[in-house]
Amino acid sequence: MNEALQIDWGGLAPLIIVFAAAFGGLLVEAAVPKAVRLYVQVGLAVAALAAAFVTVTVLLLGDKQTTAFSIEGTAIGSVVLDGPGLFLQATIAILAIVAVLLLAERRTTRGGDFVAEAAVVADSAADIQQRRSDGATEIFPLTLFAVGGMMMFVTAGDLLTMFVALEMLSLPLYLLCGLAKRRRLISQEAALKYFLLGAFASAFYVYGMAMLYGFAGTVDLAGINQAGISSGQPRLFLYIGVAMLAVALLFKAGAVPFHMWTPDVYTGAPTPVTALMAACVKVAAFGGLLRVFNVGLASSAWDWHLILTVIAVATMLGGAIFAVTQRNIKRLLAYSSIANAGYLLVGVIALGEAVGQTMFYLAAYGFTVIAAFAVVSLVRDGDEEATHLSRWAGLGKNSPGTAVVVTILMLALAGLPFTSGFAAKFSLFAAALQADELGLVIVGVVSSAILAFPYLRVVVLLWLNEPAPDAPTVNLPSPMAGTVVAAGVVATLFLGLFPGYLLDIVDQASIFLNT
Amino acid sequence: MDTITYAPASGLLAWTWALIALPALGAAILLLAGRRADKWGHWLGVGTIGAAFALAVGLFASLSGLDNKSAHLDLFTLIAIGDLQIDASLLFDPLSAVFCLLITGVGLLIHIYAVGYMAEDAGRRKFFAYFNLFAAAMLVLVLGGNYFMTFVGWEAVGLASYLLIAFWQLKPAAATAGKKAFLTNRVADVGFLLAMFTMLGALGTVDFAGVFNGAESLSTSTSLALGLLLLAAACGKSGQWPFQTWLPDAMEGPTPVSALIHAATMVTAGVYLIARSHIIFSLNPNVQTAVVAVGALTLLFGAIVGCAKDDIKRVLAWSTVSQIGYMFLAVGLGGGAFALGILHLLAHGFFKAGLFLGSGSVMHAMNDQTDIRRFGGLWRVMPWTYATFLAGWVAIIGLFPFSGYFTKDPIIAAAFAREGWQGWVTGGAALLGAALTAFYMTRLFVLTFHGPKRWTEDVHPHESPAIMTGPLVLLGLGSLGAGALMVSPVTEWLTPVFGEHAEPHGHLSHMQVTVITTAVVVLGAALAWFLFRGGTDEVPRAAAWPVRAARADLGGEAVNRGVFERPGRLAANASVAIDARGVDGVVNGLSAAVGGTSRRLLALQTGFVRSYALSILSGAVIVVAALMVVVIQ
Repeated sequence: MNEALQIDWGGLAPLIIVFAAAFGGLLVEAAVPKAVRLYVQVGLAVAALAAAFVTVTVLLLGDKQTTAFSIEGTAIGSVVLDGPGLFLQATIAILAIVAVLLLAERRTTRGGDFVAEAAVVADSAADIQQRRSDGATEIFPLTLFAVGGMMMFVTAGDLLTMFVALEMLSLPLYLLCGLAKRRRLISQEAALKYFLLGAFASAFYVYGMAMLYGFAGTVDLAGINQAGISSGQPRLFLYIGVAMLAVALLFKAGAVPFHMWTPDVYTGAPTPVTALMAACVKVAAFGGLLRVFNVGLASSAWDWHLILTVIAVATMLGGAIFAVTQRNIKRLLAYSSIANAGYLLVGVIALGEAVGQTMFYLAAYGFTVIAAFAVVSLVRDGDEEATHLSRWAGLGKNSPGTAVVVTILMLALAGLPFTSGFAAKFSLFAAALQADELGLVIVGVVSSAILAFPYLRVVVLLWLNEPAPDAPTVNLPSPMAGTVVAAGVVATLFLGLFPGYLLDIVDQASIFLNT
Repeated sequence: MDTITYAPASGLLAWTWALIALPALGAAILLLAGRRADKWGHWLGVGTIGAAFALAVGLFASLSGLDNKSAHLDLFTLIAIGDLQIDASLLFDPLSAVFCLLITGVGLLIHIYAVGYMAEDAGRRKFFAYFNLFAAAMLVLVLGGNYFMTFVGWEAVGLASYLLIAFWQLKPAAATAGKKAFLTNRVADVGFLLAMFTMLGALGTVDFAGVFNGAESLSTSTSLALGLLLLAAACGKSGQWPFQTWLPDAMEGPTPVSALIHAATMVTAGVYLIARSHIIFSLNPNVQTAVVAVGALTLLFGAIVGCAKDDIKRVLAWSTVSQIGYMFLAVGLGGGAFALGILHLLAHGFFKAGLFLGSGSVMHAMNDQTDIRRFGGLWRVMPWTYATFLAGWVAIIGLFPFSGYFTKDPIIAAAFAREGWQGWVTGGAALLGAALTAFYMTRLFVLTFHGPKRWTEDVHPHESPAIMTGPLVLLGLGSLGAGALMVSPVTEWLTPVFGEHAEPHGHLSHMQVTVITTAVVVLGAALAWFLFRGGTDEVPRAAAWPVRAARADLGGEAVNRGVFERPGRLAANASVAIDARGVDGVVNGLSAAVGGTSRRLLALQTGFVRSYALSILSGAVIVVAALMVVVIQ
């Protein structure tokens, strides 16, 4: 036993840093006085994520293509450090830094968006009492655990590791969703819904994994791919396994018809958590999908191609059509995240041709959407966020700066030139064409034209409508959320004007390690 | 077919990018400097566009010295995916050169005019910033060296024009018009995007040279699809049928905007796109027929509606729709007629800009009224405006020896030259259009400047200041002389792009066409003069059905409402009560139809976990079942 297990500690460093910081954060809760706890937690989380980002970037630039564990030179594929895995780890880390800053915002509403004690009965006297106190700081270690799970998810090379990572990223998120200080009942409802449906999806995952194990005799993705060509087992196991696994992953990605949780959870969860989910979880979910389909199921592509195409079409059109009538900015963003999941699925279906462009899309979309949610948290009616779009009318008159920012973000989400949204969509669809997916590209273009309507309507509303007399206020300056918005807008414009730099990087990093 | 190559830019031509950078810089400074720039901002706006014009003239001169007559400039790589590479590249060739001169030249005059026109407006600096931005975007459109860059400019002019139309934010009509223009354009832009993806799919490139050289290898169905998609994009931008409704509504913006965007430059982008892609359009006769049909239909449509309108700017707007119909007709006819289309476009840029600015001058004098039924007898009080408007009038109706005669008559002759019955139909339509043009323009001219005064009580008309009449005079001179001066040099200049110009031979000789056209034009004008020299009623009276139909835009709006909006609204109302304080209901027809579907589907979103879980379960069952189907097969 354990004759010569070699561990690539350097390659594991990013994961180790994040998890260590998460545990450290738990100790901080116990050891550090309350007055400075927030600063210590935020500092710790940001430092850990920044360190993880730097290490991953070093690994990525070093062109690492290896597995973290091996026995006497034979690779064990539980954690795979290859181009796509590392690039997505880096994306998750940097988006998570931005999200943590948003979590730490305490200016817009006194004490932050989070409740101090989640166990208090909603709307009871004690609950009303605690609305005035500061929010819990446990959210930071929880976030770090979730982010660590996501980073593990995108590098997991076998189904079991992937399952552990999936649970690790999900459980803290279920909790975080229920911690909103305002509208606690809705928040708790969202958490419960997310948990129940997530558990349901996890069951599908385990069942699918069992089927694939029965078929291939291994949970290793490369092994499953090999078995797809050479296994003597009945292919029925493979089909059921692929279907179940796909359902679970598509649930996390928010594809139609597994999307129903998205709008409710996005609306109910505290806005910073929603931002974290819309940006980082999306990256992780699609990272997992890309790896499973490119590495594990490429040999059976002919079998799943049709059904995944149908799901992609339903997701692109469904998300866009749903989005048109939304009157609530958070629901609008939720439905648009569904439509975007559809575009990303096109990248998954195109397999090797579009891996790089899908990753570019994930990064570009992540920055834009995180900034969009940050803006949502800034526009307020008294203590509550003014999420109904009619309240945003005429924002351009009262707060032109904010309105300009919102306009840029909306144009990016609508996919107009000069923004990252256009560069991402264009390069993704162009790559899909090289994989001969003209039909999907046409649906994608039509869907993005439909999706542009609701966003442009927001722009019209901001600039061309008269503000209501009791129009919401914009809480500026709030340093944390301000930084988030600035980072998002800068990234949106930079990637829109000069997409070449990042496209080069993703092109270099688009080869999966196939062991 | 010869292989098309573009020579790399050298010398002064390597500075082509500055043509775009100058107005873009102006816009950036004006927007960033804020109120500090209020005092001098408008002169900066005029200065950058003036410098761009000077540069365009210099570039034009350098280009004419070259043998290859083209200059291609790669700035940097935008997107590289596998073996596909898209550069930010510019192409300066005879076609882009004439567009650059038109945009910067006429643009400069309109900028100068706007200094006077917007003098009282508090937002003048912002207006000039958007104006410069528009000019920069338009230059990107015509200078782009591949379809991608053209598309970038295409979207940017859309955005800038949207800002400019909606500039008077306090006018709700302006805001709605801005929305309508933008949304219609978005629909048409889908055509452009799909065309680009078709090129990428079939040819693996969007570079002009690559696409044109590979075009012959395309299958018939691909070239048909490509042509129709580009045509849809062109129709949207140029206000051609069936996308014509947004253009007249866009007149809610300030008048210089109408002159620059809706007369001289942006609306001609569709013509530019077709002319630029002439190789694709020439491949497939069915596509050419479609372009001709759109052009012929729209030129009649615009002219008929133009006869019934009472708003001075709307008459001119419908006249623009109609004149662009002539240009579409010309570029659809193909062969030598491409150059005729561009020639008419240039001439039209002059006289229509002059007419629009003239109408602005009239509105300035009449307290911003636009109803020609309440004008009359203005020739005494505003002689300069009168004289320049007169020049525009004779130019547009095409009397010898003024602009329209040299540019419109050959188009009519070329239309008659089409083979078989189509020649009679298109030629007849073009001829009828010319008669109608003479009628409505004369009606407009007579009702505005001649006849008895029908002014409302509080107006005291006066001539506009010199800063406004100056550009008017220059545009007026251009309207009179440009046609005769340009006809042979421009045709020759464009030969490297379109090939040799061949005199069309068809059902009627050129002489016969000229005589007939002149006759119907004089007839139309005389009829209008006779009917309206004594003025007209101060309010419109009940009229026979043709007039009613024309007043109602020949049913364009009604079709919009009936086909898209009403069913959409019904569906929407039936499913969920609309939120009264919501986002101004549903803006436009198409969005309403989608909205109805959206609301219905949203009924599925019940909020119950059990129904969500059921949805996941049924999805899973479908996925498994679908994979099983593959097994059985």
